[in-house]
Amino acid sequence: MKSFFKSLVLASLALIVFAAPGFADTIKIGSGGVISGDLAPYGISALRGCEIAVEDINAKGGVLGKQLELLVGDDVCKPEVSVNMATKLVSDGAQMIVGHVCSGATIAANKIYKDAGLIVISPASTNDDLTLKGEHPNFFRTISYDGAQATLMTSFVKNELKATKIALIHDKGDYGKGQMELARKNFEALGGVEIVLFEGVTTGAVDFTAIVQKIKRSKAEVTMWGGYHSDASKIVQLLKKKRVKTTFFGGDGIIGDNFTTLAGKYAEGVYATGPNDTSNNPLYIELTKKHQAKYGEDPGTFFHNAYACVQALANAAEKAGSLDKEKLKAALKANKIQSPIGEIGFDDKGDVIGAGFSVYKVIDGKYQQVN
Amino acid sequence: MFWINIISGIVIIGILGFFGIRELITDPVYFLELVLGGLTRGSIYALIALGYTMVYGIIQLINFAHGEIYMIGAMTSLIVASVLGLWGWNSAVIVILAFVFAIVYSCAYGFTVEKIAYKPLRTAPRLSALISAIGMSLFLQNYVMLAQTPEFMPYESLIPDYNFWEPYAHIMTSVELTIIITTIVVMILLGMLIKFTRIGKAMRATAQDKVMSSLVGINVNKVISTTFVVGSATAAIGGVLIACHVGQINFMIGFLAGLKAFIAAVLGGIGSVPGAVLGSLVLGISESFFTGYFWSEYEDVFAFTILVVILIFRPSGILGRKETEKV
Repeated sequence: MKSFFKSLVLASLALIVFAAPGFADTIKIGSGGVISGDLAPYGISALRGCEIAVEDINAKGGVLGKQLELLVGDDVCKPEVSVNMATKLVSDGAQMIVGHVCSGATIAANKIYKDAGLIVISPASTNDDLTLKGEHPNFFRTISYDGAQATLMTSFVKNELKATKIALIHDKGDYGKGQMELARKNFEALGGVEIVLFEGVTTGAVDFTAIVQKIKRSKAEVTMWGGYHSDASKIVQLLKKKRVKTTFFGGDGIIGDNFTTLAGKYAEGVYATGPNDTSNNPLYIELTKKHQAKYGEDPGTFFHNAYACVQALANAAEKAGSLDKEKLKAALKANKIQSPIGEIGFDDKGDVIGAGFSVYKVIDGKYQQVN
Repeated sequence: MFWINIISGIVIIGILGFFGIRELITDPVYFLELVLGGLTRGSIYALIALGYTMVYGIIQLINFAHGEIYMIGAMTSLIVASVLGLWGWNSAVIVILAFVFAIVYSCAYGFTVEKIAYKPLRTAPRLSALISAIGMSLFLQNYVMLAQTPEFMPYESLIPDYNFWEPYAHIMTSVELTIIITTIVVMILLGMLIKFTRIGKAMRATAQDKVMSSLVGINVNKVISTTFVVGSATAAIGGVLIACHVGQINFMIGFLAGLKAFIAAVLGGIGSVPGAVLGSLVLGISESFFTGYFWSEYEDVFAFTILVVILIFRPSGILGRKETEKV
C-alpha cells in the first residue's frame, strides 16, 4: 500500500515535470466577463465566442506557431470582483485579454491590465469613456459605443426626418434615460431643433394616456423613446389610437421581433436604431451553425463580437510577428479582418470601424434597414 | 386641530381651483382629455378597488392576491379570445364569451383562494391571514408565469373602433368610452345587489357584526364566499377592459394595478363601497392632471403623497367610518 502511494506521488510529480514545457508553448488569452448571476447570458455568449474562435484558430495551426489557450474568469459584472479576477488572470500568465462584458467591470479591470501592459479587447462594453477619454490606451472593442448610437439617432431625426419639434420620453432607467440625455445633448449641439418635452414614465404603468395627451399637446413631430419594448408598444398603440401625428423613434431596446409582435399593426412606421444587420455574412451563418451543433441552441448577444475579438488578436499577433504590446497595437490599428460582423478595423482610440448602428423602420410588420 | 383642517383644506382647494380654472380657460380640450383619461384610469382602479374594500368590510382582511385575480381574468379572456378567433367565430360572440369565461374563472379562483388561504385562518391573528394573502399573491404570479410565459403577450383589443365615435376618437377612444360606461353599469348593479337583495342585506349585516348575524341565522361562510366571488367578478371585468386598452399583458400586471387600487380603496375609506369608487376617481384624475400639467416622472410619488396627506387629515379615508382600530 505504501509503495502504491509512493508511485502515485512520483507519477504525479513526473506529470508536472513533463507537462510544464507543454503548457509553456501556448499563447494564453484571458477571457473575463460575467458568467454567473442574472446577467450571465451575456457573458456566456461572449465566452462561447472565444471558445469557438480558439478552436478554429488552433485547428488552422495556431498563432506564431503556437497553440492558443483560454483562461476563464468570472467578474459577476461587479467592479470590485473584476479587479481581483483581472489580477488572477495576469498572475496566471495571460498574454492578451478578451473582455469584459459590463462597462463598469471593464473600467475597473483595465487599470490592472494597463499596469501589466496587456492588450484588452472587449466584445460588449459600450460606455463612451472607455475609449473617448483616452485613459485606457491599450483598450479596443468590437462593438460600437453608446454615443455613436445617439449621434446616429439625432442626425437621422434632424437630417432625414427633418423634424424641428421633438419629444424625448424615457423609462427612468440607466439605459433609457442615459440614451435620451445623450440625444438631448446632441440636439442642443446641433441646434435648429426644439425639444418640446423631456419626460420619464413609470415602467409597467397601468395607463399611459396622460403622457400621450401631453405628447399630442406638445405637437412634437418626432417622439423619441429611451427604454425597452413593452412600454414602447403601449405608448405606440395609444399614440395611434388617439390619432396623434408623430413619428415614434426608439433605440436598440425596441429592435427585434419582440416589439413588432407586441405592438402588432400599430408598430407600422416606427423607426429604431440597432446594430448593423450582419446575419447575411457567410462567416456569421457558418458560426451560428457551429454554435447550434456544439451547444444545441442559437448563439447569444455577444457571441459573434467575441469571436471577432479573438480573430483580431490572432491576426494582429501574426502580422506583428511578436506579442510585444506596441507592435500589437500598431498591427490592430493597421489591419482589417474579415469577421462574422463584417470587415472591421480599429481607429486611433480603439473603437471599431465597420461595425456600427443602422436605422431601421417597421415596414409590413418587420424591421427593415433604411439607411 | 379642527380649524387647521378647515383652513388648510380651503387653501389647498383654492390653489388647485385657481390653477384648474386658468388651465381650463387656456386649453379646454386638453383639460377635458385629461379629465376623461383620469376617469378611465379611475374606473379601472374602481373595479379592482371594490374587491379590496368589500373583503375588508366583511372580514377585515387586505386581500393582496386580489391583483392576481384581475390578472387571471385578463389571461383567461386572452386565451378564450385567441382560441375562438382561430375557430373563426363571430367577433361579438367572442367578446361576450371572453367576458363570461374571464368572470367565471376569476370567480372560481377568488372562491378557491378564500377557501384555501383565508378560511382556515379565520380565527387566527390578522397578521397570519395577511401573510397568507401575500403568499397566495406570489404563488398565483409564479403559477401563471410557469403555466403561460414570462414574456409580454400581445392582446388584440376585443372592443372595435366604433364608426359613430370616430369624430371624437382623438379625445377619447372607443375602448375608453366602453370602460367608463361598463364601470357605471357595474357600479349600479353592485349598488342594487347590496341595497335590495337578500344576500346584500346579509353582507351588510355580516360587515356590522359577524357573530350577531350568525346568531340570527345568516350563513356567514356563504356570505364571505359570495363577497369574494363578487369582488373577483368586478376585477375580471377590469382586467379584460384594461388589457383591451393597453394591448398587452403578462403575469405581473396585477401587481401595480392592485397596488394602485389598494391605495384608492384606502383613500376613499377602506370598507366603504362608495368610498372605493370615489377614492379611485380622485386618484385617477389627480394622477392624470399631475402627469399632464407637471412631470410624469413623479406620478407615483404624487399618488402616494395624496394618500399620506389625506390619511393625515382623515385617518379613515374620505368616506371611511370613524372608528379607532388596532392594526
